[in-house]
Amino acid sequence: MSVVFAPTIGLRPRETHYCPGCTHGLIHRLVGEVLDELGVLGRTVGVAPVGCSVLAYDYFNCDMHEAAHGRAPAVATGIKRVLPDRIVFTYQGDGDLASIGTGEIVHAAHRSENITVIFVNNAIYGMTGGQMAPTTLIGQRTTTTPGGRDAALTGYPMRMSEMLAQIPGATYVERVSVHSPVYVRKAKKAIRRAFEVQVAGKGFSLVEVLSSCPTNWGLEPAAALDWIKDAMIPIYPLGVLRTPDDPPAYLTAVQPQSDGGAVAGSGMPPATGVVGGDSRGAVPKEGEGSAD
Amino acid sequence: MPRTLMKGNEVIGAAAIRAGCRAFFGYPITPQTELPEYMAAQLPKVGGVFVQAESEIAAINMVYGASGSGARVMTSSSSPGIALKQEGISYIAGAELPCVIVNVMRGGPGLGGIQPSQSDYFQATRGGGNGDYRLLVYAPASLQELADLVQIAFDKADYYRNPVMVLADGMLGQMMEPVEFRDDLPRMELPAKDFAATGTMGERAPRVINSLYLKPEELEEHIHRLFAKYEAMKVNEPLVETVGLEGAEIVVVAYGTTARIVRSAMATLAEEGIHIGLIRPITLFPYPMGVFETLPDSVRQLLVVEMSMGQMIDDVRIANEGRLPISFVGRTGGMVPTPALVAERVRELLGATAVGGATEGSGATAYQGVGTGSTTGGAR
Repeated sequence: MSVVFAPTIGLRPRETHYCPGCTHGLIHRLVGEVLDELGVLGRTVGVAPVGCSVLAYDYFNCDMHEAAHGRAPAVATGIKRVLPDRIVFTYQGDGDLASIGTGEIVHAAHRSENITVIFVNNAIYGMTGGQMAPTTLIGQRTTTTPGGRDAALTGYPMRMSEMLAQIPGATYVERVSVHSPVYVRKAKKAIRRAFEVQVAGKGFSLVEVLSSCPTNWGLEPAAALDWIKDAMIPIYPLGVLRTPDDPPAYLTAVQPQSDGGAVAGSGMPPATGVVGGDSRGAVPKEGEGSAD
Repeated sequence: MPRTLMKGNEVIGAAAIRAGCRAFFGYPITPQTELPEYMAAQLPKVGGVFVQAESEIAAINMVYGASGSGARVMTSSSSPGIALKQEGISYIAGAELPCVIVNVMRGGPGLGGIQPSQSDYFQATRGGGNGDYRLLVYAPASLQELADLVQIAFDKADYYRNPVMVLADGMLGQMMEPVEFRDDLPRMELPAKDFAATGTMGERAPRVINSLYLKPEELEEHIHRLFAKYEAMKVNEPLVETVGLEGAEIVVVAYGTTARIVRSAMATLAEEGIHIGLIRPITLFPYPMGVFETLPDSVRQLLVVEMSMGQMIDDVRIANEGRLPISFVGRTGGMVPTPALVAERVRELLGATAVGGATEGSGATAYQGVGTGSTTGGAR
């Protein structure tokens, strides 16, 4: 008899609270499997959000922090900065990351914090019962857009990955989906790649996972998976948006001012010393190019 | 150690590093900005971590993450910034994590001003964040005391696994005084940080840093645990300085730099033959209630002086338990009370007492039994 499937050691052996047909549990499993397969589970610290996955700290088989709504990237920054050899990830929904936590996610990417963000986008607030999120599609009915989302009143769906991919420090950004087995396998590859970027010390990585919410979408589980494919993917196209191999070309550093305090005259010192290919090297190291 | 002339905000940074603080997360705001600047320059030299966060909200959440990872960690800000940190402070208290938070107070509400103030007393002692929690709050009055209390604060935070706030004001942050970093400060026997979520290393069950308790009976039990700590603080931690209580008819209650202004007024009045006493609380939570129970019989009334419209006066009322009349004088919004103002108020109060034994009609406010909303007479 051969074992064809076993639960991953990356998750604790317990039932989750997720609704039938919800893909959170599947995404948890992908993360758990990757942490195990990379051999980093024991030195991993995760940060759970507020939202449907608030109890993720009970499911991942590693040390966890529970963060305030939207603040997970700041909490992860605090952890990673004092424990730089640990693997640190956040697991955040779209209400958490794309609404209340926009400041924290943008600046964690901007600093290129060497953390991995798993961003689960189901285009709705699930835990509070189906309200509009920044990611809700135009026309989509939610409890706070009872007539369907109206762009004139509430704006258009927010594409966080595209936005974050513009930030020099965002080393790796990819959007995936889990609506069918072939896409689940691709999603796992992306999650693995994101953690590999962190293990290699290359900076901020994020994987956006399009996820279903049958309960609040008002759809059967199978129909909800179809809705990801037919309604969400056209708005949230899948693919790699940033890799460590395509850094922005415009990163340059200035000479530090001399120790006299303010810079003389009105302008900054001339930009010199182009830092090519490594967004984390944009600040001159001590002793390099000193103006003293 | 020799005494060094230093600026208050830098004293805080030097004391913190001396106390083993190796992580600081901050955001610029007047009048505390020299502190993050100091940490940015000094922490890397001792292998520490400095991050200029994108906001005070992010900074306090970085503190939460670092503290949950076992680090000795601090943040600082000034009043409007401390308001933004309240969410994180509540989470840190709820998750029972240690940290030190410095508030170099300025005038408010809102953007207020940038001059010194004491108008965040309620925020510090009543909790600006949500829920049943308390902070241990120190109120230094000199840079020497600031140097001492910042170091002590880190031990207390670790001992109680609770945030400790150092409540300074813009004057303390900006002034310069000679400071000695003493070697003889009391050190505590501290528990191991066996709560820290640093990775299981495959050798133990996962740890969770958390303040969420969905079952109300569990949350209530958790809060009772928190309050057992606060009760222990009330027994062990109150600090107070008293000056000249014996024989004084009026005792002034003031904390922080305001107490130093009162000391000047005391000297002026002494030249006139008027002897007043001073109670200077050094901890604001726990409040030194006991000293009010054992006042000498000579004391006939209390005068509270604050750089606010009167916030600590509520704790004086609680401590006084209706025994003595309480008056108030203060300036607010960044205006600083002068020794002359305090002395004048003392003379008024003594004059009123000498004439009729009551403060009514003298221009002084006697809070005792006046318009307290009593429901015992004529209430339906």
